[in-house]
Amino acid sequence: MNQAYTWCAVAAIVLASTTGDVLLSRAMKQVGDVGKLFRESGWLTVVGRTLRNPNFLLGILAMAAAFYSLLFGLSWGDVSLVVPAAASLTFVANAVAAKIFLHERVDQRRWIAALLVAGGVVLLAA
Amino acid sequence: MTFRKYLVLAGVTVLAATGDSILSLGMKKIGSVSLHRLPDIFLVVLHPEIALGILFLLGFFACYMTALSWADLTYVLPATSLSYVLVALIARFFLHETVSVTRWLGILLIATGVGFVTQGPALTHKPARSEPDKCMGEPVSTRIQP
Repeated sequence: MNQAYTWCAVAAIVLASTTGDVLLSRAMKQVGDVGKLFRESGWLTVVGRTLRNPNFLLGILAMAAAFYSLLFGLSWGDVSLVVPAAASLTFVANAVAAKIFLHERVDQRRWIAALLVAGGVVLLAA
Repeated sequence: MTFRKYLVLAGVTVLAATGDSILSLGMKKIGSVSLHRLPDIFLVVLHPEIALGILFLLGFFACYMTALSWADLTYVLPATSLSYVLVALIARFFLHETVSVTRWLGILLIATGVGFVTQGPALTHKPARSEPDKCMGEPVSTRIQP
């Protein structure tokens, strides 16, 4: 039963953190190159501009949901199973989401990587 | 990609792995969270290990946001996935979890996939702004002509 609980937590983490990653990535592209912005107008501008971005705030909400799912997961299963399983499944989901929502050019190289990672996850669960 | 940008990616990798491991250590000390006492999950942040883990993950988050400001999501995630390997090492040597051969193989496969992605360009959807892909800027017709 504990194992079923663990995998439910993993599913919740994947869903929430994919949503969060896409929103945060979009937000940071809107903010612009942080390194450049920091050199030109200081860290207050960077933090201020980031915190006022609505996508960033929504992303944080999704990430908070993912974080609490992670705490649940860690209390039920091993860290060397929960963390890699959730993170790499998130990676595959992100490849799809980034292509659809962020219009990133997910080329053959990135798809092969996604498949390799998916294979790794199957081994982790075995 | 500059040296400083690689440092940021390294920060993402190391802080994510150490932060998660410290959280795991803390949650194992606290024990299984019962679904019947759900509010307990909001009080665990008061434990020192959980607080320290959260601190590490905040550092991770700052590095992660910085990386996302100049690179694709599908680049940053795999580029920093050496943290899976780091998590396995920490779990094995500090948390004394047993990491089986199949799990090691899985981690190896993930790491291979990751190495694959980092060979490519970091940013693809706004190629005109920085580090444009060399063969993309050139019209195909000019390359085919003898």
